[in-house]
Amino acid sequence: MRDVYIIGVGTTKFGELWDKSLRDLATEAGLKAITDAGIYSEDVNALYGANTSAGQFIDQEHIASLIADAAGLSELGIPSIRIEAGSASGGAALHEAYLAVASGKYDTVVVGGVEKMTDVPPEEANKIVGGSLDAEWETFFGVTEASLAAMIAKRLEYEGKMKREDYAHIPVVSHKHGSMNETSHFRNSIKLEDVLKASYVAQPLTIFDCAPLSDGASAIVISSNRQLINSSENPVKIVSSEISTDYLSLHDRTSIYSLNAFKRSSKKALESAKISKEKVDVLELHDSYSIIGLLQLMELYGEKEAMNLVRNEELYWDKSRPTNTSGGLKAHGNPLGATGIYQAVEATLQLRGKAGQRQVKGAKYVLLHNMGGIGATSVSTVLGVE
Amino acid sequence: MSDVPRFWRESNHRYRLVGTKCNNCGSTFFPPRDVCPKCRRESIGKMEELEFSGYGEVYSYTVVHDGLEPFKFQLPYILAMIKTDEGPLVTGQIVDADPSEVKIGSRVRVTLRRIREEGKTGIIQYGYKFILEK
Repeated sequence: MRDVYIIGVGTTKFGELWDKSLRDLATEAGLKAITDAGIYSEDVNALYGANTSAGQFIDQEHIASLIADAAGLSELGIPSIRIEAGSASGGAALHEAYLAVASGKYDTVVVGGVEKMTDVPPEEANKIVGGSLDAEWETFFGVTEASLAAMIAKRLEYEGKMKREDYAHIPVVSHKHGSMNETSHFRNSIKLEDVLKASYVAQPLTIFDCAPLSDGASAIVISSNRQLINSSENPVKIVSSEISTDYLSLHDRTSIYSLNAFKRSSKKALESAKISKEKVDVLELHDSYSIIGLLQLMELYGEKEAMNLVRNEELYWDKSRPTNTSGGLKAHGNPLGATGIYQAVEATLQLRGKAGQRQVKGAKYVLLHNMGGIGATSVSTVLGVE
Repeated sequence: MSDVPRFWRESNHRYRLVGTKCNNCGSTFFPPRDVCPKCRRESIGKMEELEFSGYGEVYSYTVVHDGLEPFKFQLPYILAMIKTDEGPLVTGQIVDADPSEVKIGSRVRVTLRRIREEGKTGIIQYGYKFILEK
């Protein structure tokens, strides 16, 4: 396997972008990424596109070909492949593209993610988001993603493992970071009381516990081409990338609050990176729901340490365990297919020292976690600079 | 709109809580499985239908305020994960109860109800919900 580097990144703003279509968004992110990499379309051997559900959101399948076309690559006829793994599509596309370059098949690949979610009404969008769950045995009976997250939270509180305020803290951190990131969906800070007092989505979770429906696209250029790597400013190494899966339905799992796919993928990713979790300077977690964000900290650091981190407010960019410096899914936004790719964009900015106000000093390693549904797919990626 | 077979092929499971049992290791499953995730290949030809008793207790629950289109006239509704007496967790609504009556640990039994319908002229879909044992 060859070493693979991120040599360029690009993203659109995330949010309700009514004047932009899916192809506008994908093209904007892709062109920004190749411009940032200082390369031309001719240098690109293949495209990997992450998209969760354009078929339902905008009646458009065959996204790979569409994106290549919109990006002006049709005359070159380059390979273009779409990857779908629910809201883990971005992480999964990055994984596949990484393997394609590391194996030697391609030298330079653009990996993009895009989702156009606001062309349908919110109820329709929520139904489509629920497509990552089990249609026959969950959503058929009225289950939503938020309701599953709520039942996890309720059970954990019942077992005395945490209090309501503990997971309400997660979106407060994400909003603080989101306020410092110009591409965020939401740029307002919120307080703990705001989370607790907002209207319910599924008790005890309120709208502030849940990531929004967003439009957006992000793209990165990855390469093993020495010349391109050397001529790019601050290349970032893809140190490891691992995927794991779990039972699709939450009720089938050994425990409803063990994120086994994340446990396995993060353990393997850190092992292949040959680093301990203490070496991770920045974490980008999949905080689709506040409680799910906290569960990931529990899997990574253990229950006690995770609680200490939230209760002592250690997750901010200038504290001991910077987490979701981008604003996370909650504040930066969650355009499903783009989400996992944006995590890599944020990590690259941090590792280049170009994250502005929210820069984590001397960041050398970032661990990304992109999740499908409520954890049936988990992709853990370690990015780093030597 | 969906075609009818999508629903009638699940009738046994959704009307009578028919799951499966692995006769290699004895594990019970609901919803039914074609292969046992513990025994995998060893379970081929050894999966048998098993009708669940329909009794269990609330393992966790929530009150859904922001729901899917087919359920919008039911909002807010109680959704729960039920720990069946046979072991597996089943997810479904709790009906004929006020949210304040539901507790983790409450005993419940299954009931057959209308789940959703596809518009005024589409298929009406039935399945299990749960009611509190009083």
